[in-house]
Amino acid sequence: MEDKHITPKSGITRRGFIKGAGLTTVGSVALQSGVFAGTEKTEEVKKDLGPDAVNITMNVNGKIRKLNIEPRATLAKALREDLQLTGTKIVCDRGSCSACTVWIDNTPVNACMTFAMDVGDKEVTTIEGLAKNGKLHPIQQAFIDHDASQCGYCTPGMIMSTAHLLSRNPNPTIEEVKHATRGNYCRCGTYPHVFEATLSAAKKMK
Amino acid sequence: MDTKKIKMPYGITGEKIQEVEREVPITEPDGWPVNAQLKQVGKSIKRLDAEAKVTGAARYTSDMQLPGMLIGRALIATYPSANIKGIDTSAAEKLPGVYGIHIMKNEDDREYPIIRYAGQPIVAVAAINEDIAEEAIDLIKVAYERKNFVVDIEKAMTPESPIVYEAAVEQEESEGGEEIAEGLKLEGNVRGPNQGQPRGELEAGFAAADVVLEQTYRTQVQTHNALESHGMIVDWRPDGVTIYASTQGTQGVRDEFADLFDLPRSKVRVIVEYMGGGFGAKHGLGTYGGAAGHLSKMTGRPVKMMASRKEEQISQGNRPNSIQRLKVGVTKKGDLTAIEQESYGTAGVGLGAGVGGVAQGMYTCPNFRTRQYDVFTHAGPGAAWRAPGAVQGIFGLEQMMDELAEAIDMDPMALREKIDPSRIRKAARKMGAERFDWSRRKPKASDTGPIKKGIGMAQSSWWRIHNLNATVEVKLLRDGALEVRSGVQDIGTGTKTILAQIVAEEFGLQTEDVMVRIGDTLFPDAPGSGGSQVTASITPAARNAAYQVKMKLFDQVAKILEVDASTLKLENGMIFSTKDSSKKISFQEASKKLPVSQITATESRTPEYKGDYLHWDLGSVQFAELSVDTETGHIHIDKIVAAHSCGRPINVRQVESQINGGVIQGISYALYEDRILDRNTGHMVNHTLDTYKATYAADIPEIDIVLLEDYNAKSSTDAYGIGEPANIATAAAIANAVYNAIGVRIREIPITPDKVLKALNQV
Ligand code: FES
Ligand code: FES
Repeated sequence: MEDKHITPKSGITRRGFIKGAGLTTVGSVALQSGVFAGTEKTEEVKKDLGPDAVNITMNVNGKIRKLNIEPRATLAKALREDLQLTGTKIVCDRGSCSACTVWIDNTPVNACMTFAMDVGDKEVTTIEGLAKNGKLHPIQQAFIDHDASQCGYCTPGMIMSTAHLLSRNPNPTIEEVKHATRGNYCRCGTYPHVFEATLSAAKKMK
Repeated sequence: MDTKKIKMPYGITGEKIQEVEREVPITEPDGWPVNAQLKQVGKSIKRLDAEAKVTGAARYTSDMQLPGMLIGRALIATYPSANIKGIDTSAAEKLPGVYGIHIMKNEDDREYPIIRYAGQPIVAVAAINEDIAEEAIDLIKVAYERKNFVVDIEKAMTPESPIVYEAAVEQEESEGGEEIAEGLKLEGNVRGPNQGQPRGELEAGFAAADVVLEQTYRTQVQTHNALESHGMIVDWRPDGVTIYASTQGTQGVRDEFADLFDLPRSKVRVIVEYMGGGFGAKHGLGTYGGAAGHLSKMTGRPVKMMASRKEEQISQGNRPNSIQRLKVGVTKKGDLTAIEQESYGTAGVGLGAGVGGVAQGMYTCPNFRTRQYDVFTHAGPGAAWRAPGAVQGIFGLEQMMDELAEAIDMDPMALREKIDPSRIRKAARKMGAERFDWSRRKPKASDTGPIKKGIGMAQSSWWRIHNLNATVEVKLLRDGALEVRSGVQDIGTGTKTILAQIVAEEFGLQTEDVMVRIGDTLFPDAPGSGGSQVTASITPAARNAAYQVKMKLFDQVAKILEVDASTLKLENGMIFSTKDSSKKISFQEASKKLPVSQITATESRTPEYKGDYLHWDLGSVQFAELSVDTETGHIHIDKIVAAHSCGRPINVRQVESQINGGVIQGISYALYEDRILDRNTGHMVNHTLDTYKATYAADIPEIDIVLLEDYNAKSSTDAYGIGEPANIATAAAIANAVYNAIGVRIREIPITPDKVLKALNQV
């Protein structure tokens, strides 16, 4: 072990069983190398499935958007796939990580646990709608200043939770910040910087 | 090669920093002074990509939609051990919207894969959307011939256990830093031993001891559980393949893909701009990358294949568990006389379940032997997980050191003082203990109420890994703009920003003036983000390339100013002659006068400069303070002090972010996480985020970081990584603090309330 430092790891190594484990597809076979049933045009196929899809409108970040979605589509999916608003993340898809947090009429919800159809005429605010007139929300700026994201995948959800906290409690304690972010899962462990950023944004917003 | 002699700082924070002379290639710049005298490097500069992350503009692989893109989903095995007799895809083929079906294979001579764990991917389907792909999966019928299986490590070690592999198997190491020895014997499910580098005579060592202790420590399986799951989008076109990958290593994906499909590497381009967490599990192509490749090739469309959360938890990697037996001898004065280690761990159907080299290398002890065994079980494959092996190994070793200290009536810190040869950890112990106030440590179980407080500490070690295969191109354009290009990726560690800092420092510019383009194999090759090697590998290459560009610019300027190029200096935006200060030109002006529109230089990492390290490894010392509720068994972590070294820190704030992350993952490992497999079905019981308990906001203590600067004068930046070191010592420090609180030692993690109550009942 002591002299590992003088032997730099050489070039590429790669994971993969020569024989056996599930992590590889070495030597796979294709069943058939043609195109299967289904028409070439994506849109037409969508129409085939269409009886169930419905046209709705939704107020997202202050704009009225038209959507053609199946009733089973969650708000998270509709935002990401139909409106390309991919700041809202899907991680657990069952209400236990808050990566998909958006506001419906200023109340934070898990967009993965909300049917798009159920939004009705309420207003949806996503991470993309938080900055106003090209100016970042103070909590966004604080996240930058305090290095409150690492990989950044949980960050939109964290910001939607903490921004909401500040909108109803301009003077939070650290315990209140923890409470507001209690459902936000961050595997990189940015929590200490998230708490700092939120407290500092609260001060700046005064 | 021509060389020159330069002076460089050498020493560690808290001591006097000396100057040493190093002989370095003539193509490299002079040594930087200590961080306090630099303007960009060593500062807490904001991340270049922070704004994209806080506005939702950052596009991760999972966010991308390409025109005509199909969505791939996988059919995964229902049973943990089986032969497949047939797969009927006919109904799925007829489903409108299904474009391709691909059957995985893991044995060359068989039509279907052998199933070795529940959740193993078997078939991949590409369809126009996720819903149709999932419907198609439901329509596929697999005829299984079920076999007996084993998921429990101890049962797997018995002679009557079902066998996972009939014949010996090998596995290459990933770039994640796990150790897999070649050519070891397989008996039943047990492969090994890996014997590391033994030394001395154990018998004599134990005979010379005043106290010999022997204990067994156990760690659990921990999944990586990154927020963005594993996956890739493969866009196969006749003139080349483009892959958008959630990966820790662009080059590794490219090379594996090219090998798998027998393509020249030049025809495969891998891109990762933003990546939602890896922690060691995202090296290489992976099952889903390979499947997406087959499906894209087959359908002529881009295919996106991301693992579901369930698949992520089951088949995309984990930290193997361990059962470690340690026997250690010590004299009354606190000298170690012998260490004997034996470990068994299971990485499921994979390898890499050793407990690392920490017992071998960290402390002075003349006699040492280890025997580390992998045990195969019918469970998803392990993968490198932040400081693979070391995290498990330290959990045992550092508790044992505390047990020995108690046996010879010594303070745990005093014992480390005696046996630890590292100057760096010595400084970390001193500064950390002051910050933490170690002197307030009371005898075990001193508190009388139901809540008992305890404090503990543990140390760690990780290699200073650097990789010579790390190349950076720096480009100066006629308007004075600077661009850095490298295939290296930023997985959230801040690589992008530190590259800009390095180049900005060399040119006397601001970090945000430098454009960094990385995460694309279109740019020069660089290593994967694993083993904490990237900073040590890539930053010297970046600085040396920037220096070369500067020298080329000076050659031009020398002609304009009619001076000797070697007298030129660049400071605060001005280039001037040190011989005659009236001879000067601004950097901007000089760039405008370039004869061609750009100057570029491409440099690779050079070997470490000759000369001693302060100490061979990256050391850390962590302290934990906690409260144990003896009525409920609940443990609350009150405070962690983490004293760390990583050579010259490049971006202090980013280093702190990573240390926070390592500590938090360590708390999670110590108290909560545990992958549970049902021994009757072989299925993972807690694959959802609500059932796989990990640290959330409410569990986060105050984390106080002591960051040392250790200058070793080994490269033009003298920087090393922090990813792995941050994660190693926490669980052991917590276990030692729990003992201090309640007076009963819990040698198995996670230390859940039931274990605490059980331990208390034994008192
Ligand atoms: S994705 Fe909605 S809570 Fe996890
Ligand atoms: S920053 Fe990576 S998950 Fe939070």
